[in-house]
Amino acid sequence: MYTFSNRLKIASFILMAVGLLGIGIGFVSAPGTVEEAKAMIAQHGDGHGAAEGHDAVATDHGEGHDASHDEHLLHQLQNKPWAALYVAAFFFFMIALGVLAFYAVQRAAQAGWSPLLFRVMEGITAYIVPGGIIVFVILVLSVMHMNHLFVWMDADVVAHDKLLQGKAGFLNPTFFLVRAVIFLGGWILYREYSRKLSLRQDESDDNASFKMNFRISAAFLVFYLISESMMSWDWIMSVDPHWFSTLFGWYVFASMFVSGITVIAMVTIYLKSKGYLEEVNDSHIHDLAKFMFGISIFWTYLWFSQFMLIWYSNIPEEVTYYVTRIADYRLPFFGMVAMNFLFPVLLLMNSDYKRINWFVIMAGLVILAGHYLDIFNMIMPSTVGDQWYIGIPEVGAVLFFLGLFIFWVFRALSTVPLQPKRNPFIEESKHFHY
Amino acid sequence: MSASKVIQAYYDDDDVLMHAVKTVKAAKHHIEEVYCPFPVHGLDKAMGLAPTRIAITSFLYGLVGLAVSIVMMDYIMIQDWPQDIGGKPSFSYIENMPAFVPIMFELTVFFAAHLMVITFYLRSRLWPFKKAENPDVRTTDDHFLMEIEIHDNEKELKDLLSDTGAVEINVSEKNSH
Repeated sequence: MYTFSNRLKIASFILMAVGLLGIGIGFVSAPGTVEEAKAMIAQHGDGHGAAEGHDAVATDHGEGHDASHDEHLLHQLQNKPWAALYVAAFFFFMIALGVLAFYAVQRAAQAGWSPLLFRVMEGITAYIVPGGIIVFVILVLSVMHMNHLFVWMDADVVAHDKLLQGKAGFLNPTFFLVRAVIFLGGWILYREYSRKLSLRQDESDDNASFKMNFRISAAFLVFYLISESMMSWDWIMSVDPHWFSTLFGWYVFASMFVSGITVIAMVTIYLKSKGYLEEVNDSHIHDLAKFMFGISIFWTYLWFSQFMLIWYSNIPEEVTYYVTRIADYRLPFFGMVAMNFLFPVLLLMNSDYKRINWFVIMAGLVILAGHYLDIFNMIMPSTVGDQWYIGIPEVGAVLFFLGLFIFWVFRALSTVPLQPKRNPFIEESKHFHY
Repeated sequence: MSASKVIQAYYDDDDVLMHAVKTVKAAKHHIEEVYCPFPVHGLDKAMGLAPTRIAITSFLYGLVGLAVSIVMMDYIMIQDWPQDIGGKPSFSYIENMPAFVPIMFELTVFFAAHLMVITFYLRSRLWPFKKAENPDVRTTDDHFLMEIEIHDNEKELKDLLSDTGAVEINVSEKNSH
């Protein structure tokens, strides 16, 4: 039985407090009027000693577009703390969802190596409830026009946009929230029911709960693949409502899958280092690291497939997605490819390195940071434009959700024994060696 | 070519074989070779064989394939007959690089895989019309054979091997390579 150490608990509270402070500063310092926004930008420009260049450009453009441009700038700066909050909230929620998918795959495949890790996975998926509710609340606040993350929710914008009018049958606030409820409801329902069956199996004297878990996991995977894909259109792709990509759902899936597996490995190694999970051996870590390696390459494959087709065909309405990212987000955009592809490929290629625990942790930290940047690159360009910066609101939001994640996951881990008793494959899992 | 005497122990189960290998190693005898009808998991470790270096060769072959693909695509598409790729007539390799990534990937895999297999065959001394090295045809069917060189300890080895559950023990002359 795992006990949630006080040190970790206090650390998670500190993270949440500091994070909350950062989020608060982000909201307070967002500009309220056009004048404030302009002043902020002017100050920023002076600081970098680029004032002369700006002046020349400004006189060239004339005065006609200035008013609307300034209004746009204000909206971008007002969006900034919201976008920072949303990216971090979604990122940590996505980790739990990725773990849930991995867990369902293990159940449906009746994998023999992984049952020793089931309690760890169930602990992480516990975060799906608070994480999902927070994301949902942010979406509801968007629908209530508390922010402008989703431009298609603005009736004025839709009234002047033929494309958005055509999409309004699907992309309207009511249906949007209804879908969110269905997705979250389905995921939470599976998580809670599967957990209940998993615990019941330990106490029962037959395998009925285990078999039932197998069936609902297979059914869940069908639901998940459809709902996850639609979720990615709704919650991420629709921040840029004119642009679309048919493999976007898979791309987001790869990101959440690899982040989830990385977190399973990290939590397992942490628990092992504290003397729990004695039966988990190097081969289990090796297998998780193989998944981290493999899914990182899978992610790159999808990232590149999406990029290359759009780059090749060079259709203006599609290619604008990458033009803005390469023009305004050069460092995070290419930095993320290095972190999510080159780094894991070179570090985790060697078989022996996959068994060195601190090596897996270090590679995992880079992978997680890389996938945070991935979500950042999905949301920021269409919500804050070239006004992005990884500053106090962004770091604060990450720290807050990290604290909440640690608190919730380890609290869930401490409620039940870390090793399943009566899983039919538990012996195979104990003797697993590669 | 020197002739030497070897002792050959037959087993009909891979688990028994594994135990026998561990017993023989524990008694500090050098195992010449083990012939199996299928790969036995963990046998290389039990026999004390050095870890394979084929993964390193595979990585190097992959790098060769990558280099070949870069040079090849540069020659074909940029230098020899400059192509307008995707409506972007820049005639620069680096600017058209995304179009070549699938070829770079495929040739990396192609070189790594094929050259690794060829290396494996050569290193295992396998080539067409090669005469089989296994001493008994049963090792391709349902028997495992452990071969140990005899250094005036025939009796001791025989006793040891029959204790490990060998179904048959032969002594034969063998020409070493």
